[in-house]
Amino acid sequence: MTDIAALQSDLLAQVSAAGDEAALEAVRVAALGKKGSVSELMKSLGGMSPDERKTQGPLLNGLRDAVADAIAARKSELGDVALNARLASEKIDVSLPPRPEAQGSVHPISQVLEEITAIFADLGFAVAEGPDVEFDDYNFTKLNIPPDHPARQMQDTFYVSPQADGSSHVLRTHTSPVQVRTMLNQKPPIRVISPGRTYRVDSDATHSPMFHQVEALVVDEGIHLGHLKWTVEEFCKAFFEIDKIELRARPSFFPFTEPSLEWDMRCDRSVPGQIKFGQGNDWLELGGSGMVHPRVLTNCGIDPNRYQGFAFGFGLDRMAMLKYAIPDIRSFFESDLRWLKAYGFAALDIPTLDGGLSK
Amino acid sequence: MKFTLSWLKEHLETDADAQTIADKLTSIGLEVESITDASAALKDFVVGEVITADKHPNADKLRLCTVNDGGKEPLQIVCGAPNARAGIKVVLARPGTVIPASGEALKIGKIRDVESRGMMCSARELLLGEDHDGIIELNADAKVGANVADALAAKGLLSTNPVIDVSITPNRGDAASVWGIARDLAAAGLGKLKTEKVQPVAGKFPSPKKITLDFSPENKDACPIFAGRLIRGVKNGPAPKWVQDRFKAVGMKSISALVDATNFVAQDRGRPLHVFDADKLSGNLSARMAKDHEQVLALDEKTYVLDKDTIVIADDSFARGIAGIMGGMDTGSFEDTKNVFLESAWFDPARIARAGRKQAIISDARYRFERGVDPEFVLPGLELVTRLILEWCGGEPSDVVIAGSLPPPHKPIAFDPGLVESLGNVRIAKSEIISILESLGFVVAQHATLHVTPPSWRRDIDGPADLVEEVVRIHGLADVASVALLRDAAVAKPVLSSAQRRARGVRRALAARGFNECVSFSFIAREQAKLFGGGDDARQLSNPIASDLDAMRPSLLPSLLAAASRNAARGLVDLRLFEIGAAFQSGMPGAQTLNAAGLIMGSGTRDWTKSGHPADAFDAKGAMLAALEAAQGAPMAAPVTANTPSYFHPGRSGTIALGPKVIAHFGEVHPKILAAFDIKLPVAAFEIVLDALPEPKARNRAPFAPSPFQAIERDFAFVVDQSVAAGDLIRAVKNAERVLIDTVSLFDVYEGKGVPEGKKSIAIAVRLQPKDKTLTDAEIEAVAQKIIAAAIKLGATLRA
Repeated sequence: MTDIAALQSDLLAQVSAAGDEAALEAVRVAALGKKGSVSELMKSLGGMSPDERKTQGPLLNGLRDAVADAIAARKSELGDVALNARLASEKIDVSLPPRPEAQGSVHPISQVLEEITAIFADLGFAVAEGPDVEFDDYNFTKLNIPPDHPARQMQDTFYVSPQADGSSHVLRTHTSPVQVRTMLNQKPPIRVISPGRTYRVDSDATHSPMFHQVEALVVDEGIHLGHLKWTVEEFCKAFFEIDKIELRARPSFFPFTEPSLEWDMRCDRSVPGQIKFGQGNDWLELGGSGMVHPRVLTNCGIDPNRYQGFAFGFGLDRMAMLKYAIPDIRSFFESDLRWLKAYGFAALDIPTLDGGLSK
Repeated sequence: MKFTLSWLKEHLETDADAQTIADKLTSIGLEVESITDASAALKDFVVGEVITADKHPNADKLRLCTVNDGGKEPLQIVCGAPNARAGIKVVLARPGTVIPASGEALKIGKIRDVESRGMMCSARELLLGEDHDGIIELNADAKVGANVADALAAKGLLSTNPVIDVSITPNRGDAASVWGIARDLAAAGLGKLKTEKVQPVAGKFPSPKKITLDFSPENKDACPIFAGRLIRGVKNGPAPKWVQDRFKAVGMKSISALVDATNFVAQDRGRPLHVFDADKLSGNLSARMAKDHEQVLALDEKTYVLDKDTIVIADDSFARGIAGIMGGMDTGSFEDTKNVFLESAWFDPARIARAGRKQAIISDARYRFERGVDPEFVLPGLELVTRLILEWCGGEPSDVVIAGSLPPPHKPIAFDPGLVESLGNVRIAKSEIISILESLGFVVAQHATLHVTPPSWRRDIDGPADLVEEVVRIHGLADVASVALLRDAAVAKPVLSSAQRRARGVRRALAARGFNECVSFSFIAREQAKLFGGGDDARQLSNPIASDLDAMRPSLLPSLLAAASRNAARGLVDLRLFEIGAAFQSGMPGAQTLNAAGLIMGSGTRDWTKSGHPADAFDAKGAMLAALEAAQGAPMAAPVTANTPSYFHPGRSGTIALGPKVIAHFGEVHPKILAAFDIKLPVAAFEIVLDALPEPKARNRAPFAPSPFQAIERDFAFVVDQSVAAGDLIRAVKNAERVLIDTVSLFDVYEGKGVPEGKKSIAIAVRLQPKDKTLTDAEIEAVAQKIIAAAIKLGATLRA
């Protein structure tokens, strides 16, 4: 009896004295291994009488379990100590930067076009596109700009060299030829916006030989200037994300609209480099517009006695410059990485009407 | 179109100031670009009188003055000007006044311990001239305490006459004169037109020169009327000073009395004329079409070679002027001119515009003629210039000679006044509509509808919509009420086409992969275009804005390479750029595709984790596949082949095609191309023809049904010829057992020790996914044998 108790206390002392996993394993083999002290005692059970076994059995089992539990506990303890020691040696400089990952961006023109598309899609406008190289007929003649009309000088035109078939074409000076294509291919009611690249022989601090326009066209029965005004107003409110704006219309001239007018928006430019909309004493030119000229409707196969329409257009680049305070139109096309990162938009900044067009 | 306020008031009776007039002009469609009022900057300066001027107690060169500014107490002012002395009248700035030269407000100062409460100004300080030797001395009659503008004007130092600059739209040739602008303002209710009717000047003798119209029938409308007269015994010289001053104020050049007389009438009345030196003309004058290659030395001292579409004024020997555009040098009027012949004609605007454009001559005459001048002012204009010449140069006029007759007048336009409301959405009474039209010079006859005849000077009006514009612009656009567009009663439907959605998806996918989007010019340098299969004549611009922007780009890659090169020059050497835009196949409309291209540049070495690598073909391939997957909504299934255009590295580039249709290229950019763009870093790139992608099909996605049975992964290493494409091996393995093989992934490619020369080892992992039961060892072995057999067909051996 006392042998067992003494053995247990001796073994437990050895377990707790084991300084590492190897020492602990030695204790385990010496006690619980095949020839271990406890195992030997367990083997002696087979030679005992049933009565003896009845008393010694539980005692020996108790001894074995106690030793095994102590070893497991000690093993866990030693494991923690070893892990802690290893972790303590594995320190890194957490202030180091992570692996470099390129930060992509979406160009402001693309972003602003998505904003504008979201607004007009809500009003039922589709997005119409057309080629950059255009027929003179679509860019000018069908739009009521006959050859030699001085209005052609308003839009200094790039010409492409004569083609194999002798024909010669222009780089579109506006996206209005897309309106022509739309009207030729689609019967009213028509609601489209036509965004895209446009080209004029013009290059200085405020002009780029390539720029972007977006135009809106509505053709239906009973369309009048009031609808044009409402659409411009609603667009401006939604795009600039302000509730109160003040617009001013000025009579103007475009060969393809009659009456023609230009829109200005009240703004405050008293602080240099800043612009506030809906207040102040300045006027900001937004763009041109008008009721589609009856001759243009006729040229495009639409009966001007039945249908009326309005069109308005503005510079996409200009809209981006105004909304996001980008100073120089030429910088849009220089692909300077610093600029792209400064004015670009994150991949997941997708403009929506429910979430807001801009953050 | 520039004019001074006082010039306008010669035609318009009004008390309105420049700003009121400018606002009205803008509101009726004559947009004011600027009002220049030199006196505005001097509104706080007053006339002062120097009462005393003594020596400054502490300085030899300074004077201590007392100056009366009209107030109770004179001001003490320290002044350094040598001419500061008692009794003179001066331009006085008091504390708070902003000095134009410095832009700063004047403060009360102490100069050498003596307080100074103002400043007497020099011309330079007021930005009225360069003179800074002394202060301005005003005339003795200048009123002390009054604003200095009038006193400065009396000295000839300042114009008190605001200059208004109006931008004239191409339809409004009638407004390209002071008179025309006054006419529109009067119609808009701002003042009353007071221009007097031109009285003819009686001829003293018959014109010795005859004029004729010499046109074939098809050109009869080129010049329907040509009038002229001789004035003999004139004395040319400078125009009167008031004319010179007026021209200077509006930016016109004063040349001589004879020339200025015609230019005056052009600016004042919109009627261009020409004055020939009659003694230099041989015989009579005619208007005719030029002969091909006929030459004229024009007044700008350039010789123009004309063609048969150009109208000329000719004498019996030569063409003497390009009609309606520019007169000739040989027959011009100069200092010694004694006898002149005046020409006043009406030319077809389209022919003038064409000739002017062909010859690239920009002149005031062309500007007016091509916009259309008032045919009914041919004769009054001639009479007006006659008067001015007689007045300024003396002489004796002949009778007027006229060839041809006025072009036919406008036809009346049937006009339903209800159109003003149905088109303009503004309700204006019929009586007001009529009165607006009449005030603009239209003749209105009332029938069932209105019959409206435009005035002779309005050549732009040709339909009812034009009349609506006239009525609405004069009435004012502010009354147009907004009306909402009708909207669908249902939820708005999507509007984008599949191609538009595809481009958006690609854009966002590439941005998410770290690419920065660029927008580049569609035209590039021809030399660069040639490197990418372009640069042919069909894609050349006839009139490029710069010699290095002369070719429509055949690919987006040269744009991106040029951008990469510019960035590298700034030290930005690690970059990923992309663009979605058009590439051009010819100069025909529609011969363009929407492409998406990307570029990766960098050596990948500047990374402390050493996880980077030089840009290579697989960077480009990964981005390209991601873009294609975004475009299609599914991974790209078409195989990659090694056949790429010459601008890629021939061994490190690939192509994806669907049948004959090329979808995309990717790879490392050819070193020679990099050298052409002056790029010294490795660059990989890809370009996708988005338009070449098939329309996405509506997909029926199979429901998600994970198998409950254990998947098994087996590795194989095959030794194949180096020429065998890994992609082919993977595809062969995958097809070896279509039901059980779930994925085949490549995890190693090895060449070198242990693998025979000319061979490579490819290691793949094959994952088998049973669907209805656990696989037995025998079944797994059977699949393995099928895989090995498929590989052997490609010449592979299982690596030991």
